[in-house]
Amino acid sequence: MTMNRRATTRLAKVAAVLTIGTFGLAACGSDPAPAGSSTSGAQSSSASSLACPAGKLTAEGSSAQANAISEVISGYNAECGDKATIEYNPTGSGAGIKAFYNGLVDFAGSDSALKSQAVDGAVETDKAKERCQGNPAWNLPMVVGPIAFAYNVDGVDKLVLNAKVLAEIFSGAIKTWNDPKIAALNSGVTLPSDTITVFFRSDESGTTENVTKFLKAAGGGAWTHEPAKSWTGTGEGKNKSSGVAEGVTGTKNSISYMEWSYAKDNNLKIAELDNGAGPVALTADAVAKAVSEAEIKGSGNDLSLNVKYTGTAAGAYPALLVTYEIVCSAGLEADKTAIVKDFLGYFASGGTQSGLEELGYAPLPEDLRGKVEAAVAAVK
Amino acid sequence: MSASITGTDKVTLTRPSGARTIKNSLAAVYVTLATVLAIVPLASILYSVISKGFHLITSSSWWLQSQRGITPRREGGGLYHALVGTVEIALICAAIAVPIGVLGAIYLIEYARGKKVARAVSFAVDILSGIPSIVAALFIYALFITVFGFGRSAIAVSCALVLLMLPTVLRSTEEMLKLVPDTLREASYALGVPKWKTILKVVIPTAFSGISTGIVLGLARVMGETAPLLILVAYGQGINFSPTSDVMAALPTMINSGRDQAQQMPGYERVWGAALTLILIVMVLNLIARGIARMSKLKEK
Amino acid sequence: MSVTETGESEALDPTRSPVAGHKDVSAHTPVPAVNPSPRRGAAPRASDSRSGVKLAKIGRAGDRTFLGVSAGSGALIVLLVVFVGVFLLVLALPSLLDNKANFLTSQEWKVSGSELRFGIAGLLWTTVLSSVVAMAVAVPIAIGVALFITQYAPRRVAGPLAFLVDLLAAVPSVVFGLWGIAVLGPRLVPVSEWLSTHLGFIPLFAPGIRSPGTVFVVAIVLAIMILPIVTAISRDVFMQTPRDHMEAALALGATRWETIRTAVLPYGRSGVISASMLGLGRALGETIAVMIILSKPADNAGFVPSLFAGGETFASKIANNAQEFDTPSKTGAYIASGLVLFIVTFAVNAVARVIAERGHAKS
Repeated sequence: MTMNRRATTRLAKVAAVLTIGTFGLAACGSDPAPAGSSTSGAQSSSASSLACPAGKLTAEGSSAQANAISEVISGYNAECGDKATIEYNPTGSGAGIKAFYNGLVDFAGSDSALKSQAVDGAVETDKAKERCQGNPAWNLPMVVGPIAFAYNVDGVDKLVLNAKVLAEIFSGAIKTWNDPKIAALNSGVTLPSDTITVFFRSDESGTTENVTKFLKAAGGGAWTHEPAKSWTGTGEGKNKSSGVAEGVTGTKNSISYMEWSYAKDNNLKIAELDNGAGPVALTADAVAKAVSEAEIKGSGNDLSLNVKYTGTAAGAYPALLVTYEIVCSAGLEADKTAIVKDFLGYFASGGTQSGLEELGYAPLPEDLRGKVEAAVAAVK
Repeated sequence: MSASITGTDKVTLTRPSGARTIKNSLAAVYVTLATVLAIVPLASILYSVISKGFHLITSSSWWLQSQRGITPRREGGGLYHALVGTVEIALICAAIAVPIGVLGAIYLIEYARGKKVARAVSFAVDILSGIPSIVAALFIYALFITVFGFGRSAIAVSCALVLLMLPTVLRSTEEMLKLVPDTLREASYALGVPKWKTILKVVIPTAFSGISTGIVLGLARVMGETAPLLILVAYGQGINFSPTSDVMAALPTMINSGRDQAQQMPGYERVWGAALTLILIVMVLNLIARGIARMSKLKEK
Repeated sequence: MSVTETGESEALDPTRSPVAGHKDVSAHTPVPAVNPSPRRGAAPRASDSRSGVKLAKIGRAGDRTFLGVSAGSGALIVLLVVFVGVFLLVLALPSLLDNKANFLTSQEWKVSGSELRFGIAGLLWTTVLSSVVAMAVAVPIAIGVALFITQYAPRRVAGPLAFLVDLLAAVPSVVFGLWGIAVLGPRLVPVSEWLSTHLGFIPLFAPGIRSPGTVFVVAIVLAIMILPIVTAISRDVFMQTPRDHMEAALALGATRWETIRTAVLPYGRSGVISASMLGLGRALGETIAVMIILSKPADNAGFVPSLFAGGETFASKIANNAQEFDTPSKTGAYIASGLVLFIVTFAVNAVARVIAERGHAKS
């Protein structure tokens, strides 16, 4: 019996330690303090225009804008002293739209505008209208993510490609770096005779969808597959953008497509894009130029865009992905609407947009930015 | 050895022949090489993790703060949120798996030993112990999300982990119950103590340390599992105590979400910090298990 | 080699965690594996003690409840296993029936379009190939390490060494993945290039892709991952080799290696084999490390059976696409592949079980 009692005491001790440990942890953990004035000093002028309402906002969707929006949320919280709680869950565009029209989140982020034709038996625009109590939902272009064609070829520091050649590389028609079609665009550059290794995203992704859209539209028939979220070309698939970037970094004579930030952060070489009017290097300005040429499909304050992939002006870089914030034009609870307006107004402001460049995004062109700001202001 | 006794030079008789000596040394070389070969990757992994992660885990904010509002480009924050999630998910899992596992083992050893039923249960446990974590996750996904229409949640993760923890707990309990000497049981019966009381008051306390070793090891295993977390719950950067919420951080998913950052970012560095923390936790649990086992050994002597 | 009865059961138990520390206990209190206990059935003693009437009554009621609860737990486990299998099958069935491709022989995987076409041939090949190679690499090393720890190293070294190898089991699999692709992978590329230039005529070694995302790298990483499992179990079995067998061999003038070959290895054979099978089972189901390392071949790439090609395993494919389970037919296709993985690991574990039991019977 002594043994038994001792064991019980031991059990009690272990239990006590565990409980104390758990509660101890529970008692003293916290969220970190807001960033304070680390980045926002220069923008203090815009702070005056912020109303900073209190409350909680949740959003979900595109992972392409995740880095941008998390930085913006943190900046907004710093400006407002953490009055509102805003959470963004990068679960993917499709999931975001579903969560939005099912009323689970207050706005969605999506790499494509709401579709008005039926997908899996649901018409997104109708569903969204229902969710907004009969008011239409607006697509507000907010984050422009350029797509970089990053490569790893020794001794080649400047490489010019065009959509047709890219489509042929990605579909496997061009197999070696010294192919005459590549050489024709790069006179004076010594290209190796090695075979090209193409990396693609093995998971379904909006980046793949937008790249294939670009290749299909601008590739002059060289890309025969329909644009899709999963890759239909040749190559080796890697999980997520980081995997693709890792692949290009670690493999000689390789090329892939990825968000600009991944190419920049991994110090990868980025190909220039010949849009028909001469080679264009990937810069925020060149991307903004391409965005400003885009035609606005939506009516009124619905600003869904039709990106022009061919026949763009000199100096425009058309391989890009636009992430929309999808919001109710009216019909959301008043307290939430106040935060949505305030936050998205901050997001679309000039100061915030120009800060995005550092993260590998391109700021909205000024005229479109004005329209987005006006649309945000018109939300009721 | 006997060479010196005879005093003559009959060396050939007493020493192994050349071929045998060579074989013997070759074997020694082989096992040494194998050991070195096993240690090299470990050293390399530990070096990667410690060199990149150690400076993070020494700060108190690492243990006490979440990642809320910390963007991949910013330093700071901690893994408190993931720690909460990991501990909570593991405890819920243990709360379900331990009673079933221990009772199942009691049934196998104390009631059904040698019976056909025992073989059936034992067989089921074998199947369960071989279930890959992704299949367990898929099963819970299909049951909770596809059929019942619940959302993703931390509880779903715990339930998937139960399938993985149950066999570990049951098997180790079973082994420990087998080791309880029958003389103890018989002494108890002789005193007129009924069987169930004997089990609760004599058998279980005797085997207690071994059982808790099994539980702790089971916990260590489920804490490092990634696959169910990937499928069954979303990762969030804030602190969340509610197990029914669809967003709950855990150490493996914190690592997994961090690895999607570019390698030069502080966000990527936190991957190694979180990995080091997870290794430390699993190691400490293993040490605790060893400690408990050692305590019991002293007792039984 | 006849072997005396000892508490081998514990060492052979396939679910025993590699890091368990309670082997000492069993070594000190040897209990026969099959306990010939005089007690049979439910509490005969309680009914015997007629003199203490009240005691016996209380005992029986309590016994019934307790038996009920514990038997219930046992039954629950059986039901759970049956339910998992049946349930997965039921959910997979509609997709399997709609499948326009041959499920077992096709390598297509089109689950989101209008027409469902999917097959597991490629997945099965990559899964089995990577795991079998991993086992082939890990087992000889694990046996070497286990022998070193139990037979060669002095006690002071053996303990910490065993702990170090066990530490490998504490490393989360995500870390193995990151380490494998960033550190190990690039170092193995020259090895695979050498192998494919010199042995490339064998389809298994045919030149494949040039990034580190090959089945070969995955297999090596899996080998490192299962090493602690196989080592720990082998170590336990070797440790329990009866002392007198070894001393007998030594007394006959056997060298250390001969002692091992004639006493230790035969005694531990079945244990080592079932440990390897267990490791194989682990490797088959490994998810995230494989997902991080392995390159997915393009849809139009065709089947390359080489070790140096990319591929997808059941687990990596399911996890890679888990975010996109949006339609029941799509989910059903993935569940069907998960079911195959379940059956394969079950088969492997069953083999391990049979071998372990045969080892018992012999001894």
